Amino acid sequence: MKKNTLSYKCQQYAMFAGISTAAFVAVVILPFVYGLYLTFTSWDGVSKDKPFVGLSNYTATFSDAAFWQALGRTVIYSAISVILVNVVAFALAYLVTRGVKGQNFFRAGFFIPNLIGGIVLGYVWKFVFNRAFVALGTSLSVGFLSTSWLATTGGAMLCLIIVSVWQYAGYMMLIYVAGFMSVPKDLIEAAQIDGCTPNQTMFHVTVPLMTSSFVQCLFLTITRCFMVYDVNLSLTKGEPFNTSVMAAMHVYNQAFTYKKYGVGQAEALILFLVCAIVGVTQVYIGKKAEVAA
Amino acid sequence: MTDNKTAARNKRISHIVMFVILIVMFFAFIFPFLMVIINVFKTKADITSDPLSLLGAHGFTLQNFPEAMKKMNFWRSFGNSAVITITSTILTIIFSAMTAFVIVRNKWKACTLLFSLMVASMVIPFQVLMIPLVSLYGGTLGILNHRATLIFMHTGFSLAMATFMFHGAIHTNVPVDLEEAADIDGCSRWQTYWLIVFPLLKPTIATVAIIDAMAFWNDYLLPSLVLGRKELYTIPIATQVFYGTYSTDIGLIMAALLLAILPILLLYVFLQRYIVEGVTAGAVKS
Repeated sequence: MKKNTLSYKCQQYAMFAGISTAAFVAVVILPFVYGLYLTFTSWDGVSKDKPFVGLSNYTATFSDAAFWQALGRTVIYSAISVILVNVVAFALAYLVTRGVKGQNFFRAGFFIPNLIGGIVLGYVWKFVFNRAFVALGTSLSVGFLSTSWLATTGGAMLCLIIVSVWQYAGYMMLIYVAGFMSVPKDLIEAAQIDGCTPNQTMFHVTVPLMTSSFVQCLFLTITRCFMVYDVNLSLTKGEPFNTSVMAAMHVYNQAFTYKKYGVGQAEALILFLVCAIVGVTQVYIGKKAEVAA
Repeated sequence: MTDNKTAARNKRISHIVMFVILIVMFFAFIFPFLMVIINVFKTKADITSDPLSLLGAHGFTLQNFPEAMKKMNFWRSFGNSAVITITSTILTIIFSAMTAFVIVRNKWKACTLLFSLMVASMVIPFQVLMIPLVSLYGGTLGILNHRATLIFMHTGFSLAMATFMFHGAIHTNVPVDLEEAADIDGCSRWQTYWLIVFPLLKPTIATVAIIDAMAFWNDYLLPSLVLGRKELYTIPIATQVFYGTYSTDIGLIMAALLLAILPILLLYVFLQRYIVEGVTAGAVKS
């Protein structure tokens, strides 16, 4: 048959991938390229023309102290959250793979926060921090609980971290559970026969064989924490006094509240680059450390 | 013998300890939801005076629900969320599976280019695309404020990841021999795809459906940018109406939050195994 003709190829491609290609280009590729262009213009969101301004959005970004503060805050928040999420998730995964009664029930339970969107989770926790904890603190007369943590500068950040750990630990736990299951039983038995203590087996046999799970979980938590927005909006809204505005929220405000689309887009690109560099470096280091069973 | 006995006893003790830790952790994980559940049946005054008591001083009330449903236009928002989620999920599955098929089976330059672009695009966060997206679709084309626009965007954004997953599935699970046999029997490529290949992709279809449906249902940022009119709001956007500039009625908020959580939770009770398996499969593949 005439399967090598160009017209056959074009027809086949259009039939199977035509619509996807169009949608993908229209929603992802085009906006991405157009976004690069926008960083060289000063568009206000309303007017028809987008005046070309050269690099001035980038110089504005570099002198935007609030942006760098938000970015620094995001880095601190992400570093703490990523570590805590993975420690909690790994511990949970360990506990639910030991054959304890009802472990499937526990797995399902720890995953529940992931079913619900960040906006709703943030509002639920806002109530817990503002009302439930305060009521608990007052009734037990515990000083640090009797005022809402959300009202203090460091407290709001702490609240964000608590909610993020609670939100993502169950999801990462599932990946670590899959990791635990993939470690061959005979290797564990061999290590035990060779006289390894449970701790040695854990840290010299199981953990190295689970490197790919760690790489995956770290990548997912890093990218999610860096781009946090929903929980940030509903839980703290950047308050008190804009001290809990994360980078993504700052970008949103620049563009959609202050109508500085060009500066907002330039800052979004820088945020993306920082996140991508951290994420890719982590994957690169992790892949090097990977061992085959 | 005694060694075995001590070992068995140690094992039992360690299991009890782990079980207790798990119970405590489980309670900590569902504590926020418990708070919502015990407060949703109280009056506003009772919640304010004591959010921790199981029953308010003024007794049990269902009053919060009808008012909250009215204020967030619950059935309307629920309908919007459902239509948008279901349509976007179906479209994503149909188009990404077809695309993956043509990419896996043909070594054409256009296919390779599309696939590498898709894989590369998976690292781009939405925040980098939202400003140009609003500028293009709102400013230049003026087609925001339509459910169809949101469905189109949801589909466009999830295609890359879904195509990637179907790519892996076709590559490993669909034997070329089967397709060749269908070819000899006179099937066109289109028929071969729908009659032979697509039915073999069921497990991956389930995984993609679960991951994407959850993402679409819970998404806030994209719908909030696209849907500006009240009658188009999805559930996550509708929960925001309670946090206006006026006094916030905490009783209504509790009811609204429970209404937002309940549909997914009910689904989870029935589809729990599939959801946990689907999410794990999706995460491990990407």
